[in-house]
Amino acid sequence: MQATAIRWWHTGRESLSKGLRALRYSWLRSIQARVVISTLVLSAIVIILVGWMLTRQVAEGLTDSKRDQSISEAQAGVDQAQRALDEQPVTDTSNQTQILTDLVEQQAERGGTSRNYELLLAGPIGPGFGSDTRPGIRRTDGVSKDSLPPDLLEQVSGGNGLYWTYGQISYQDGHQTSPAVIVGQRIEVPSSGDQYALFYLFPMNDQAETLGLVKRGLFSAGIILLALIAAVAWLVTRQVVTPVRLARRIAERLAAGRLEERMHVRGQDDIARLGISFNQMAASLQRQIRQLEELSRMQRRFVSDVSHELRTPLTTVRMAADVLHDARVDFDPATARSAELLQAELDRFESLLTDLLEVSRFDAGAARLELETVNLADLADRAVENHQALADRQGIRLRVASGGRPCLVEADVRRLDRIIRNLVSNAISYSQSEQIVLRVACDDQGVALTVRDWGVGLQPGESTLVFNRFWRADPSRARGVGGTGLGLAIALEDAQLHGGWLQAWGEPGKGAQFRLTLPRRANGELRRSPLPLVPRDEPEIQIGQPYERLDLGAGES
Amino acid sequence: MDNDPNTARSGSKGTVLVVDDDTALAEMLTIVLNNEGFETVVCGSGDKALAMFREQRPDIVLLDLMLPGMDGVDVCKAIRAESGVPIVMLTAKNDTVDIVVGLESGADDYIVKPFKPKELVARIRARLRRLGEEAPETITIADLTIDVAGHSVKRSGKAIALTPLEFDLLLCLARKPWQVFTREVLLEQVWGYRHAADTRLVNVHVQRLRSKIEHDPEHPEIVVTVRGVGYKANAG
Repeated sequence: MQATAIRWWHTGRESLSKGLRALRYSWLRSIQARVVISTLVLSAIVIILVGWMLTRQVAEGLTDSKRDQSISEAQAGVDQAQRALDEQPVTDTSNQTQILTDLVEQQAERGGTSRNYELLLAGPIGPGFGSDTRPGIRRTDGVSKDSLPPDLLEQVSGGNGLYWTYGQISYQDGHQTSPAVIVGQRIEVPSSGDQYALFYLFPMNDQAETLGLVKRGLFSAGIILLALIAAVAWLVTRQVVTPVRLARRIAERLAAGRLEERMHVRGQDDIARLGISFNQMAASLQRQIRQLEELSRMQRRFVSDVSHELRTPLTTVRMAADVLHDARVDFDPATARSAELLQAELDRFESLLTDLLEVSRFDAGAARLELETVNLADLADRAVENHQALADRQGIRLRVASGGRPCLVEADVRRLDRIIRNLVSNAISYSQSEQIVLRVACDDQGVALTVRDWGVGLQPGESTLVFNRFWRADPSRARGVGGTGLGLAIALEDAQLHGGWLQAWGEPGKGAQFRLTLPRRANGELRRSPLPLVPRDEPEIQIGQPYERLDLGAGES
Repeated sequence: MDNDPNTARSGSKGTVLVVDDDTALAEMLTIVLNNEGFETVVCGSGDKALAMFREQRPDIVLLDLMLPGMDGVDVCKAIRAESGVPIVMLTAKNDTVDIVVGLESGADDYIVKPFKPKELVARIRARLRRLGEEAPETITIADLTIDVAGHSVKRSGKAIALTPLEFDLLLCLARKPWQVFTREVLLEQVWGYRHAADTRLVNVHVQRLRSKIEHDPEHPEIVVTVRGVGYKANAG
């Protein structure tokens, strides 16, 4: 039961907060909602103020006239009653009781059948006046003595004039009250000298009813007015907002590449002028984008033509050089050496051409991904296998340290392979490290590969420079090593094409680490990398079964 | 060319039809191939390529994709339409679109300019080398019967025409049904590549093979894709 209650409470709170969110959302997103809501709130405040003032004035007007009328009527009644008492010869006190009863009846009859007041005679005035134990109260039917406010009782018993106040008539059956003007004055029985207080109670039911009617009228008028104002605000803002929304939709379509979209312009008002300016902007955008597209197309075409035109003669030259190279044993030493140089430099020329074409393909935006699901750990293994011979020649230990766990990623396998190749050959060529370790890891978001060396490291600031085209840490040293100077730049472009990161860390003497992070799905979300960019370098590193345990501390010292 | 000492010494290893409009390259190719013991026939334009192919009956065709007259892709289709002869494309472009278009038009393999002569020769040798040179053997996979020595595939007695490469690919998969072959392994076993990451070759040829042997190539039942790994033959 409790669980159900808690669930209900949660559901309720959730739907409430959802409703609040929806309101907040439309407040933030829709000018129309904002205008309508603020107009509604402001006019509601004004209408409430006006209504309050109106009811107050009407109420005052109604009660004032009723009061004046009641006072004059009561005055006349009291005067008549006093006159009647003065004319009455009084013989004894028992008679006096009868006289007073008659007096009240007389006064009641004076009002006729449509008598609009109640009467109350209290007294005689003296000690204990005002309490119910004192006899001598006379009244018209059902009126309770509680109707008399104590202040008025005191005033009337103490003074000679006519006193009045607003009050409530309460009846003896107790459940009914009505607002009233209560007027009272002292009268005297001349024979005995006893003084009584005669009260006239004028109920104001009619006035209260009228006031209620006015209030109800005002209330419904206010509601109708509010609805009307809201509707007007909605209509007016719609006239402004609709073209704006139309413009937004068209702008979105333009942004999505439908450059021929235009706004429909009608009339000559501000909205029409907005439409004209908007269309001019769109036309100018379209023109410029077309121009850029044309330029990019020409660039791509040029790259493709250069590629073809350069490659065919290069193929012939390369084959000729190869034939010469194979036959160099028959040449004299200078010619033989020339054939060797020709061969070696052709390799360099070829890789430079390939890299240049790749870079210009990126610049032209012509690079496209060919996606398939691959295991990054496999690619790392293969890259190490392919570079093993080169590393062995230079006395470098090249290893993969991964858990042996597959790290599947959706990627362009040619590009991914090229990134890893570039990172590994970069480490072999430039780090001067005795050891290079690749590490692969993945989490639910992405996969990562690091290439770590314990060589010369990077100077401060170089970690971004390394990705610049043709950048070399030490020009005098590096050129002899070979390489095109474009490898890391291309690797960075490849990584970014996948929506991934390629970053470098390095410190002089401590070595360097390059980290590639790719989202599991190409261009998917990537917030963190499964591997740290700055290596932790614990002396003992957990290495999975398929790989030999490495003593990484040795490389560091 | 008959007086080339190499040809005389080792005997001809086969005839290569070189279709290329670049005379220097064509001549260089001739020199290199002759050195390796192949006979060569050169054709300088796409229009005449088909006629020369019919006349010379070469063992392998080296075809440049960019040709004056008839386009290389069309030449490739025309030759493939009447023969299963191995075709190796020469292309100056490494863009996937160009490669895939060439492979889909029927080429078995491609080589991107500029290439090393040894690489070219290795490709040609790989294409001329046949897998099933062993004892007569019959393999059954699904409802297909493969006659290894006779290089033929039959479905309920009716022969299905496969190119030698497609035959090799099917045979490689069918010999070990249920074993999943990665694209890299297939590249090594069928194409003779080592350390190659280019899987477009495998993908295109698996599609071509499927279009010939599957009942519904859209939903293959014999050559099945194993996502993230590669392909396998489904014996059931």
